[in-house]
Amino acid sequence: MAEVRYENATRIYPGTEIAAVESLTLDIPDGELLVLVGPSGSGKSTALRMLAGLEFIDRGSVYIDGEDVTLAPPQDRDIAMVFQNYALYPNMTVAANMGFALKQQGIPKAERAERVGEAARILDLVPYLDRKPKHLSGGQRQRVAMGRAIVRKPQVFLMDEPLSNLDAKLRVQTRTELADLQARLGVTTVYVTHDQVEAMTMGHRVAVLKDGILQQVDRPRTLYSHPVNLFVAGFIGSPAMNLVEVDAGGANGVRLGSLALPLEEQVTRDLAAREPGAYTVGVRPEHLRLGSEGIAGQVTVVEELGSESYVHVSIEHQGGPLLLVVRAEGETMIQRGDNVQVACRGPVHVFAPNGERIGA
Amino acid sequence: MRAGSAGVEVGKNRAVSFALGLLSWVVALVFFFPIFWMVLNGFKEEIDANTDPKLLFDPTWDRFDEVTSQTQGLLGFREAFMNSVWAVSISTILVLVLAIPAAYALAIRPVAKWRDVLFFFISTKFLPVVAAILPLWIIARELDLLNTRLVLIILYTAMNLPLAVWMLRSFFSEVPKELIEAAQIDGAKLRGQITSVILPIVAPGLAATALLCVIFAWNEFFLAVQLNPVDGSTIPIWVTSNVSTRGNFLAKLSAASTLATLPVVLAGWVAQKRMIRGLSMGAIK
Repeated sequence: MAEVRYENATRIYPGTEIAAVESLTLDIPDGELLVLVGPSGSGKSTALRMLAGLEFIDRGSVYIDGEDVTLAPPQDRDIAMVFQNYALYPNMTVAANMGFALKQQGIPKAERAERVGEAARILDLVPYLDRKPKHLSGGQRQRVAMGRAIVRKPQVFLMDEPLSNLDAKLRVQTRTELADLQARLGVTTVYVTHDQVEAMTMGHRVAVLKDGILQQVDRPRTLYSHPVNLFVAGFIGSPAMNLVEVDAGGANGVRLGSLALPLEEQVTRDLAAREPGAYTVGVRPEHLRLGSEGIAGQVTVVEELGSESYVHVSIEHQGGPLLLVVRAEGETMIQRGDNVQVACRGPVHVFAPNGERIGA
Repeated sequence: MRAGSAGVEVGKNRAVSFALGLLSWVVALVFFFPIFWMVLNGFKEEIDANTDPKLLFDPTWDRFDEVTSQTQGLLGFREAFMNSVWAVSISTILVLVLAIPAAYALAIRPVAKWRDVLFFFISTKFLPVVAAILPLWIIARELDLLNTRLVLIILYTAMNLPLAVWMLRSFFSEVPKELIEAAQIDGAKLRGQITSVILPIVAPGLAATALLCVIFAWNEFFLAVQLNPVDGSTIPIWVTSNVSTRGNFLAKLSAASTLATLPVVLAGWVAQKRMIRGLSMGAIK
């Protein structure tokens, strides 16, 4: 078990100008499950592979347990990795797959069998130990890949989208099991996903990357309530935050159509000191309300999810139509075409033209 | 209406596939017939083989006995067979031993300019062997290698190596990158990665490559007849030694040819069973 540290770690793929990961600095304390999340091409997998030793680090350093491993080959890093496609050895049985790393370490056969058996019990794989990977279901293969990682008792677990090949239901179930397993074993884990729901539900902390640059790293709750920039605001949360361009700054207030939005004092002060221009306001669907007051609009779509529903309302804003997503009760009577009124109860996020958050 | 036309469509497809099936049988039989006739002739008396084509005759093993026990020219069957076995097996093993690291360096961790290297390998086959035979003969004579097994082992290795490198490279490129990375992370050194992970996955490809090397080396005639006309020569040379200027030899030649064909057919049959693909299924997804 160990803490992991990236220090200005940079990876530039040969033949490209722009860094895949640019000056990544990140401290991951012992036992934490840190999720790297971002859209495809954000550099999250590259960042993980830099830690694994599978990717050369052009600048900066990576430390595991205080030791500089920047130039160490993967064999010498005492890490275990779960690949997106599991990468199980097709010619070996489940037991041999799980015991392969121990065999490389020269651990005697009896101890190997014992440790593989222990991991198999944890993961419910005992009946399958003699099978080859091709005779397993997707979920079982995923567990074998997990077993191959935990059997080693490594310093760090690296997981590269380990759930993305599972169907939706199994993914949700495995997500919980995985988070539970990680908490029980207490092994520092770096987990890569493009799925922000997975990131929010699993991560002790979540690091959001975009274009190889770390945008924000924080607890999921903080990420959701205080996104530091426009990208994080739009990326985290499902359905996404309503992001609307408004003319603001200087003495102007912030208005959504005819609706004046409630701002925190600090935001109002900060805005007053800035040049007028095209700012962006963000309001989450649950912070908007359908009722008898607010701005008038017409319902275009109602998405019923059972416990809640999301109502898409078209309002008029700065001379054009604008779609807002509003959360409503599960069994709503609202239908497409209804005329409704939308009110905002805050909090309202405001972002400067360069994307940065205004106020705290 | 739609169902009706779909029915017609299916009927038409069946007729087409039946016709195609029949055609392939006919073509296959036409191709196979000379071989069938060769095998048949081997079981005939010389006189029967040389008269009008006969399907019904008293089969006899005599021709096989004759060609294996009597030394027609300079070369006995047993001697030629052993020479072939040595030249073929040692050269094939050498080819694989040299081609596996080459394929690794070209496919899995490509060296700089690997495309040029690959082209260089195949370019060695551009020159017709006949154009190189005189220098080869002189070199072999200077090194006292004429009429030895060793010269054929060296030449068959050189002859098959480019092909084997090309074939193995393509098989190696199919090994999922993640498997090798997983092995690295699991602590396997280069040798462990190759023996425990890569080779088991490419085993069918290895079998196919080895089979081709065996076939080409076993059937090689030109180099053997030029460099080893007396000693150390191989089965193809022995087959021709059954061509006689006196008397009939068609039945004997057929028996000899059948014997020469048999090992390759057996090797192909065994290798085919091992060449079943899909071993790598289940690794990825």
